[in-house]
Amino acid sequence: MLQEIPTSYCYLLSAIVFIIGAVGAITRKNAIVIFMSIELMLNSVNLVFISSGNAFASMDGSIFVFFVMTVAAVEAAVGLAIFVMLFRMKGTVNADEASLMKG
Amino acid sequence: MGAIGFKFVVFIVAALLVIVSSLLMTTRKNPIHSALWMIVTFFAMAVIYLLLNAQFIAVAQIMVYAGAIMMLILFVIMMVSLDNGAQEQKRFPMAMGTRLSWALVVVVLLVELMFAALFYQATAKVGSYPAEAVASLGNAKTMGMLLYGKYIFPFEIASILLLVGIIGAVVLSRKNK
Repeated sequence: MLQEIPTSYCYLLSAIVFIIGAVGAITRKNAIVIFMSIELMLNSVNLVFISSGNAFASMDGSIFVFFVMTVAAVEAAVGLAIFVMLFRMKGTVNADEASLMKG
Repeated sequence: MGAIGFKFVVFIVAALLVIVSSLLMTTRKNPIHSALWMIVTFFAMAVIYLLLNAQFIAVAQIMVYAGAIMMLILFVIMMVSLDNGAQEQKRFPMAMGTRLSWALVVVVLLVELMFAALFYQATAKVGSYPAEAVASLGNAKTMGMLLYGKYIFPFEIASILLLVGIIGAVVLSRKNK
């Protein structure tokens, strides 16, 4: 095998992408864009799993990423159904309009 | 020596692409543009997975995320999103300044994470799946043997979770009587 990518670089990239996703989830108003930011955060965590599994010669990182992807797919299906329902009720997917629970 | 440099250069290019496209994803006004930049992010991330010897996950990333989930999101955006939320700025309870100040608090977390990533000390044991051994058997085959062997119970739970997700999506998006 060739020389590996330094694991610290992968962790750094993951930290940067996670924070971009977190800031996006906080500052955006469109619920679908917030949802995509959360997917971005999930992806950065996947990157940490993969790079750690590669660094420690273990397959557990890849296995865990597989399950994270399954959960993300379920989350996408249910979340987008919720957005469609929200759009039917309110006529918009603006997250600030969804204040039924007075949050 | 040339091959080593090449691998590293590909990593740097893919990492820059991930950062730039995710920044563009969070800053575009139009949600369709956001979704398209998200697809670019997923592809660049798949390249990084390939470099880290996770071929199966890289392909699954492209098929599941860039293929399935983003198509679903694009369809929902086309169904749903009429306004960009720009004209109703007045009656929002939480002002943009409040949001930005909370975002700055999160950026402090970025500095901490960067210190952690640079000065961590790995204490994990080295596992029994080095890259050469996995490559001789095949990455997907190793994953399959683990998923249907050691991890069969979580795998079944994941399938039940998918079933629950399907039923939940159908129940939620059904027309009210």
